[in-house]
Amino acid sequence: MKEQIVAKFRQIMAFLNKDKNPYFFSIGLLVLGTLTVYTSPRSIPGFLLFVFAASSIYWLRMNRGIQLALAVFVAIILVPILGARNVFYLEVIFQIAVFSALALGLNIVVGFSGLLNFGYMAFYAVGAYLWAFFGSQQPYLLHSTVTTKSLNTPFFLAPDWFYLFIFLGVIVAAILGLILGLPVLRVRGDYLAVITLAFGEIVRQLANNLDKPLNFTNGPQGITPIQRPTMPEGILKVFNTIFDPVIGHRITDNQAYNILFYVIALLVVVAVIFVTFRLDDSKVGRAWTAIREDELSAGAMGINANKMKLGAFFVGASFAGAMGVLFAASRTFVSPETFTFLQSVQVLTMVILGGIGSITGVIVGATVVTLLNIQVLQSFSLFLSQLRQSDAAFLGFHFKNLSNQLDPSKYQRLVFGILLVVMMIYKPAGLIPAARRKRELTEGEGDDAVENEVARG
Amino acid sequence: MRNIMGAGPAREIIMPIIQMAIFVAGAGALCSVVMIILALLFQGSGADHLLQSTQGVGIFAYTVGNLPQVLIDGMTIGFVYAAIALGYTMVYGVLQFINFAHSEIFAIGAFAGVESLIALNAVKKLADAGRIEAFTYFGLALLIGMAMAGGVAVLVERVAYRPLRGSPKLVPLISAIGVSFALQDIIRMTESLTTGQFFRVIPAIDYFDIHKHPFAFLQIPVIKDIDIQVKSLVVILAAVLMLVALNYLVKATKVGKAIRAVAQDPNTAAILGIGVNGIISLTFLVGGSLGGAAGVMYALKFTRVDPFVGFMPGIKAFAAAVLGGIGNLTGALLGGIVLGMIESFAGAYLGTFTQGNFGAEYKDMVAFLILILVIIFRPNGLLGENVGQKA
Repeated sequence: MKEQIVAKFRQIMAFLNKDKNPYFFSIGLLVLGTLTVYTSPRSIPGFLLFVFAASSIYWLRMNRGIQLALAVFVAIILVPILGARNVFYLEVIFQIAVFSALALGLNIVVGFSGLLNFGYMAFYAVGAYLWAFFGSQQPYLLHSTVTTKSLNTPFFLAPDWFYLFIFLGVIVAAILGLILGLPVLRVRGDYLAVITLAFGEIVRQLANNLDKPLNFTNGPQGITPIQRPTMPEGILKVFNTIFDPVIGHRITDNQAYNILFYVIALLVVVAVIFVTFRLDDSKVGRAWTAIREDELSAGAMGINANKMKLGAFFVGASFAGAMGVLFAASRTFVSPETFTFLQSVQVLTMVILGGIGSITGVIVGATVVTLLNIQVLQSFSLFLSQLRQSDAAFLGFHFKNLSNQLDPSKYQRLVFGILLVVMMIYKPAGLIPAARRKRELTEGEGDDAVENEVARG
Repeated sequence: MRNIMGAGPAREIIMPIIQMAIFVAGAGALCSVVMIILALLFQGSGADHLLQSTQGVGIFAYTVGNLPQVLIDGMTIGFVYAAIALGYTMVYGVLQFINFAHSEIFAIGAFAGVESLIALNAVKKLADAGRIEAFTYFGLALLIGMAMAGGVAVLVERVAYRPLRGSPKLVPLISAIGVSFALQDIIRMTESLTTGQFFRVIPAIDYFDIHKHPFAFLQIPVIKDIDIQVKSLVVILAAVLMLVALNYLVKATKVGKAIRAVAQDPNTAAILGIGVNGIISLTFLVGGSLGGAAGVMYALKFTRVDPFVGFMPGIKAFAAAVLGGIGNLTGALLGGIVLGMIESFAGAYLGTFTQGNFGAEYKDMVAFLILILVIIFRPNGLLGENVGQKA
């Protein structure tokens, strides 16, 4: 049965990749997807079709140049236009970008070098709080509590410092990664997982409690408002004059900001992807893999495992720092709620679902989980609440009686949890496994047993 | 055979009680001495003046006056942690794997206990229950909580861990995290679908809320005012009973011998005719039911349970297990008691000594810091064997 499906799939792929077929299919899908989303901006199948069409640029075999041109066209022209018609999609894509960068960062630590990290959100939190503190009125409010805050306190920095802070976020988070990495070098495996979990919780609790003696984080209420960078006026004007007829209305200030943050997130993600690809293919990347597979042998081959592990923490944390700054600016609000253990596990789910160590896989994982999280579950909730209001009955059960508490969008834990268990049991290498990882997981069982024996001594 | 049974089963009952007494006395005394020295050092400081002006007592008198209460609180919560930590440590001993879902097993026990007390309360008003009735009902709730938690723990092992046995180390760990999250929402879903709300409050049993002054007859100033709630006594009593029973099971029975054999070397144990799968299930049953019992005790002490109630006690109990030396039953006891004491002291005195700048909200962080420090500097714990490289 399985072989038949695989054979059929291969056949279809071969047909799609024949001659000029990929160009027709990809462009055809794109036109179709764009038209559906354009005409009915609220349709979810339409949006999923569009996402599928965009992804086809990647997985169909085409000329590299044309692929790149198509991707740039979709990213720079199509998405902003469609996004301006329904800002929700820009939000979805923005979140996909943010989580892709986070998942890629975690992938370096977990996937490339095999160091399980449950406290990854700490670095994201540090980036977010960095800009939240300096990009708001908070530095002037160190001695005041939530209630005594005066409304006309000036902002500490001009909004355009934001761009510098993206780089500062990278540096600060990376240094924090080093600080966490230093003691962690002494432990491995599950103890490492627990220690990072504790670290993540400590950072969150600090964010929660550092409203006294000096009010750094404003406690559980979080910091707001945080400044956004100033809108580049010229670009907005050009955008409006060109796309006004297509979009059908002049975009509002908020929509413009959505597009701006989308573009910045896109740039960061492209940079992150570039760095990850280069690292994976470098001496450092191979050293990480070697450590992951067998630290002892790697050491014998002259790899400085400690240095490499620190490097993994350093790079992984830096991605999260940059995204944290971006997140704080785009939300204009941060609170400790955003950086819980649940969020760390969510990013881990993305990495594992997509394929540990596989760059494409991780991005696919981030896309799928984000879509699941903020779109599929949400619309399922909506569907249930509509059922509740209707008179429908199924097998004698009246949906009116369905409890209000059954709200799928609030059951992310269940979804992530089951995803993790099922993936571990049936597909530990992920949906799109990394080539090296796949080999390791199929052959590694024997090695592990030997390792255990050695450890037992 | 002779070595183990030779000393007589009675020894396995008395020994752990003596151990626990030593642990409690030692940890309590150590914490108290440190606190008293700190109080002496802080005399004349800002914190001292603040106390003088608000409560009319100096920092030394304040510290000493509160000591008995803090010690009793630390002991109560310490025993709860010890009971949870035993679940972690037993599973680790047998499978060398951290059962992250244990905190949710604890929560399931808490919910089962609370739900059964609520059901009982609907039949007969628990608030007016007398001493014997109160103990019977609580014992019943404890048993139901244990049964539920133990059952779920066995089920979880069968579904989510057994298929992964022999795979690389991180695989079952990730699966355990998944189970932990799924269970949280399964509890929430069941509770909210059946009762319409996802948190539950344990019905009041007035007898358990009575305050006793057991040392009043001694006529010593601070000691005669010691005030223990029956609740705390019940928790301590139940925990001690269970810990002794567990110790007896593992150290003085044939089944316990099989558990230890599997922990030492599963392959050889299998050759010698021990059903390894059965023993692993049994380990989960025993560890899970201890966790469940701890859940019911926790619910009795803190009255409110929600689906996420297990996370903090779970991670703290894990810290306790690591502190004592993971895989070591006595170590889990020691770790739980020490952690409970430290936490209770931090919660009671941190705010006063720092003039409210760092309050009791930092007591969770204390547990995390201990966990990190122990793992880094003494990964085999206070009593553990060397597992550092394996972990």
